[in-house]
Amino acid sequence: MATETTTTPIPSASSPAGASSGPPAGHVARVRVPARSLRSELRAIRVVWKRELIRFSRDRLRILTSLIQPFLFLFVLGTGIATLASAGTHGVNFKTFIYPGVLCMAVMFTAMFSAASIVWDREFGFLREMMVAPVRRSSIVLGKVAGGATVAAFQGLIVIAIAGLIDIPYNLGLILELFGLSLLVAFAITAFGVMFAARINQMQSFMALMQMVVMPMFFLSGAMFSVAALPQWLAVLNRLDPLTYAVEPMRSAIFSHLNVSAAARKALDPGITWFGWRVPTPLEVAVIAILGLVMLSIAIWEFSQAE
Amino acid sequence: MPKTLSQMTTEPHSNGGAPPGAVTPAVVVDGLVKRYGEVEAVRGIDFAVAPGETFGFLGPNGAGKSTTISMLCTLVHPTGGSARVAGHDVERERDEVRRNIGLVFQDTTLDGYLTAEQNLRLHAELYGMPRGAVAERMRQVMEMVGLWERRASLVMTFSGGMKRRLEIARGLLHSPRVLFLDEPTVGLDPQTRSSIWNYISELGRDEDITIFLTTHYMDEAEYCDRIAIMDSGTIVALDTPEALKASVGVDRVQIQTGDDEATIAALRDRFEIEASVAEGAVTFGVPAGEQFVPRLFSELGQEIHSVNVSRPSLDDVFMSYTGTTIRDAEESGKSDMRRNMARMMSR
Repeated sequence: MATETTTTPIPSASSPAGASSGPPAGHVARVRVPARSLRSELRAIRVVWKRELIRFSRDRLRILTSLIQPFLFLFVLGTGIATLASAGTHGVNFKTFIYPGVLCMAVMFTAMFSAASIVWDREFGFLREMMVAPVRRSSIVLGKVAGGATVAAFQGLIVIAIAGLIDIPYNLGLILELFGLSLLVAFAITAFGVMFAARINQMQSFMALMQMVVMPMFFLSGAMFSVAALPQWLAVLNRLDPLTYAVEPMRSAIFSHLNVSAAARKALDPGITWFGWRVPTPLEVAVIAILGLVMLSIAIWEFSQAE
Repeated sequence: MPKTLSQMTTEPHSNGGAPPGAVTPAVVVDGLVKRYGEVEAVRGIDFAVAPGETFGFLGPNGAGKSTTISMLCTLVHPTGGSARVAGHDVERERDEVRRNIGLVFQDTTLDGYLTAEQNLRLHAELYGMPRGAVAERMRQVMEMVGLWERRASLVMTFSGGMKRRLEIARGLLHSPRVLFLDEPTVGLDPQTRSSIWNYISELGRDEDITIFLTTHYMDEAEYCDRIAIMDSGTIVALDTPEALKASVGVDRVQIQTGDDEATIAALRDRFEIEASVAEGAVTFGVPAGEQFVPRLFSELGQEIHSVNVSRPSLDDVFMSYTGTTIRDAEESGKSDMRRNMARMMSR
């Protein structure tokens, strides 16, 4: 890679006579942009990622409002339903039970909002600045997904920080496990959102789509109920919902750090089964990771096709 | 507005910055076509732009200017033909082209939530500029457009003119060989427009750069070394502004009369001149306009309130090649006037 700067003096004849506020006349630094390389692609990914972080940190209101929903679910809905459900939870705090679902939801919403910024960028023209740069479209998409995932995982971290309020022990292993899973969900959902954002021109349409997809995913995932004894139709839908495979390992991790009876564990954290076969946790994680990678590939393909 | 006689001065006839023909052209276009379904937006155009030249595309909205510029900037795939920018093919060497061009679009493409400086830094990173060179170059381009003091402000707090200036600075940051400006002054007030033009002409002098722009403002086309007039997807004329004006061959005469209809009829009967009403006056083209005025008074037999004779302006050039004024072309649907004027100004 030739990375050089040449400084070309301008003939004095060309310096304007009446340039009072003009540039310090004398020379113009010509910059030579080096040919595309892995390094330049990595720089592009990094700067697109960084932009997401800068924008997120500027938007304090967004950080705040996106925390309201998890708090409502945990402390209002959770407390309310706990009075009804206490008989069926075998002494386990209902809020503890729904906590993994609420964590997933917080991450999911932030990730979708990050992906929505592509639609926003297109509406406001900035997407074009990135699309005409001499870098691969895949670098732009990777940077965008990485940025969205980072921001969403950060949001998850805030929810993880309040775990102590609902009887979940602050255990380093557990925290790392929850954060790792949040990061994975953040990545998969951002990729999912970017995949759709590639084809959508209006913010309203994207928001409508988000409502249509995210809410069913949340409700079917078992975030609010146990998957132990569901009617057949709901059990099938539950197994088809990708979010199921994120909520379950989180819940499983939390329950293994709680002091609960075997009966409670069996009723509240039965694990996912496919036709009676217990799906192991690594496979659940792999389901999310593979889905995320597939959607990322589709997103990259879509952006490479776009004019 | 056409220049009146008193405003007319003999403009120095120069080739502008038209450089020698031996060097590689900055832009070469060969039979370029763009079709959107049934609609042919660009219908096979050819032209070349020399390095260092300020080249303008003039035409009404929808003439195909933006489509052409988008193809040259590798944003849109041509349906047919070929184009080379800075020596590289726009289809086969997209990255090479992109590295060598700067772009300023009609609509802003800045991130309002970032500061001016952050916007430029982001650009520098996307373009893989050598890190050591960024700070100095950034200062230089921002000083050039007078925004260095405002570098830490969020772009969303900028006025339209400031945003456009920042976009020009950003377009220049990576030292492109060709700067594309798509309607760089549209939507700006006259004062800001003229200051943008000051920057653009300064650029041509200081930066050793080819400037390719589109505009539908006649007065702005005067700044260009050469102009291509585009209408309905084809180039109808291409030359220096002076040569284009000279090619019209007739002066424009406008008279205020008591009875426009009768005057038009009288002009047709006595002088075999087809006139029409434009801009509130009976308007027609005639060779050697000053010498025609005395005959007009003695032979027309109609009441004349005032006479205005002007040398051909770019408006007239546009009309003589396309049969319409650029304003009317944009409004469209005035076909009868279009025909009349075409006959009147026909060469």
